[in-house]
Amino acid sequence: MTPIPHETKHASRTAGIPALLKTALFNALIALVLFSLMVGIRTEAGSDGQLTYWTRFGELASLVAAVFGGSIVIELLRQWIGPSGAEKLVPPAVQNGMSFVGRYVAPVLLGFTLLMPVIFYDQRYILDLGILVLTYVMLGWGLNVVVGLAGLLDLGYVAFYAVGAYSYALLATNFGWSFWVCLPLAGILAAFWGVLLGFPVLRLRGDYLAIVTLAFGEIIRLVIINWQDLTGGPNGVSGIPRPSFFGIPLDNSDDGLAAKLGIEYSPTHRIVFLFYVILALALLTNWVTIRLRRLPIGRAWEALREDEVACRALGINTTTTKLTAFATGAMFGGFAGAFFATRQGFISPESFTFQESALVLAIVVLGGMGSQLGVALAALAMIGGFELFRSLETYRMLVFGIAMVLIMIWRPRGLIGHRAPTVYLTKAQAISSDLVKEGHG
Amino acid sequence: MSGETILSVDRLTMRFGGIVAVQDLSFAAERNKITALIGPNGAGKTTVFNCITGFYKPSGGAIRLTHDDGKTIALERLNDFRIAKQAKVARTFQNIRLFPGMTALENLMVAQHNTLMRASGFTFLGLIGAPTYRDAEKHAIDLATDWLKRINLLDRADDAAGNLAYGDQRRLEIARAMCTEPALLCLDEPAAGLNTRESAALSELLLSIRNELGTSILLIEHDMSVVMEISDHIVVMDHGVKISEGSPRAVRDDPKVIAAYLGTDEEEAVAVMESGS
Repeated sequence: MTPIPHETKHASRTAGIPALLKTALFNALIALVLFSLMVGIRTEAGSDGQLTYWTRFGELASLVAAVFGGSIVIELLRQWIGPSGAEKLVPPAVQNGMSFVGRYVAPVLLGFTLLMPVIFYDQRYILDLGILVLTYVMLGWGLNVVVGLAGLLDLGYVAFYAVGAYSYALLATNFGWSFWVCLPLAGILAAFWGVLLGFPVLRLRGDYLAIVTLAFGEIIRLVIINWQDLTGGPNGVSGIPRPSFFGIPLDNSDDGLAAKLGIEYSPTHRIVFLFYVILALALLTNWVTIRLRRLPIGRAWEALREDEVACRALGINTTTTKLTAFATGAMFGGFAGAFFATRQGFISPESFTFQESALVLAIVVLGGMGSQLGVALAALAMIGGFELFRSLETYRMLVFGIAMVLIMIWRPRGLIGHRAPTVYLTKAQAISSDLVKEGHG
Repeated sequence: MSGETILSVDRLTMRFGGIVAVQDLSFAAERNKITALIGPNGAGKTTVFNCITGFYKPSGGAIRLTHDDGKTIALERLNDFRIAKQAKVARTFQNIRLFPGMTALENLMVAQHNTLMRASGFTFLGLIGAPTYRDAEKHAIDLATDWLKRINLLDRADDAAGNLAYGDQRRLEIARAMCTEPALLCLDEPAAGLNTRESAALSELLLSIRNELGTSILLIEHDMSVVMEISDHIVVMDHGVKISEGSPRAVRDDPKVIAAYLGTDEEEAVAVMESGS
């Protein structure tokens, strides 16, 4: 039986050259059609408002040639590596080393994060970036409950982020309530909105659910824009109080924390404090999610993702199970929102567009649905990486897009594609992502 | 018919638009017995099953389930998950519906969801690690382990259900249904796709469930060797109506059943029926 695969491999290699040219020609043709209007012809409004145009056939030709050459190179590479070559290219020793490293990634990352404000005390930019990344880590972990565990595709997650942010902003500016009182309230209100949205929406499945959650996100944003009396409309809410160190303000006054401790005041104190607040919030999210996974409710979420009909046959109330997933995810979104409001000091509907939802969803999907470490790494890559490419200016989006495509080719099920069992008798074995369902509603 | 009735189906009718899938079907299943529902393809067996287990709402008729304590539940009025939760009717599916990405043990733990939910104080007690929940979880793991032993899959407990062999998946699905501690176990073609040896093991498992645990079983099956060997009572359906009922021997010899199974070609029908004896 063994010679047959060899023969087919040879056959595909010898027949490769005409097929290769055919593929390359086809790709070049597509490029020609696409770019002939996009690049080949350039239009501009003239001085009198008339339309002027000129052609750029030279650039067009070079682009098409690049696509032609590029597809030949890619095809050759593919034949050289083989269909499942990515695994073979990595020697077993390196793979063992990688799994060894993999075990220590989470503790090392956590340790580094804890020490960050000490290491980068003087670099405000890095600390701000750290806070931003941690905010998205928290949002990713929150959405992971809904999308990764329960398998419900939520495209309107930013709505709960907005509810949390506006809850804190309005309660603090109107009634002068402190951050630490408003934080749980913001979470509860967001969870409440999660349930409210959930009731009508959770009867829908798959694409329909995604579209309605998308619409819900937009509804919340439009309500915020138009309810001028309450939310200030497009002007937003400004003058949101900064968080205090459990009642002691972090400012230059005589009651400030610096004065009380007898040290010189520095604005960095507040940044460091904010850093640890969001770190604590994110770790709380992580801890609760890990605990929930091992409780019956968490198992029911995952079972729901695997097979909803079977869940009903086992007496699991699928509606309340979905609602709890929605409410839990929304609550964490609300916490993150309240933090966002207190950090910025100013919020407006601009911050809660669909792009945010898409970004958080991308983090969850890129991280590997359901994996806590994966989501954290993905948030670091997406937010941190985006900053990293800042020096590339115009090409930033291009590089970023290419990186995303490459990751999806290399790891179609996300960075961490394994599922860890929640309970075991003898040994916890990671379950291959090929078996784990993504859920469909 | 002697003995106590656990399930009584009375003039059950199910219509899908203009099509009548089940018409005026009445039969009863006895407690602590194995009742089989057989019939040619398209006879409406699975429709009856879906009505009993709450996946369809019957167009007419009554389905009554009587528990040990004498309490009677109208199944046609309960829907969805409540049939499994309150009426304690568990079911398996014709095309296996396990949770493939979860381990065999996790599958059996999910089945004990309602018990564990109560023990975990609807998550809040469990979240803070209350000892009552830890005890309940231990108990649940013990029950699951017990079932894994029974179906001979203890060494595969930590493997993903989707990685198990087909026959193992069938047995795991039955074990999962049994972990809900049902009063009535409904099996939709449990022997489909099994080889002779696996069918024999399945018969043994079902008999042990009836004899040792006293669970009543209602099953749909095409494999006559299984049906004839283990059933106490057989109901035969064709085109949505009941055409015969009785002990395996009586049903096997019923000319109406033979005709329904293989048209008028009685010779072949006899051959099929006899292969099961």
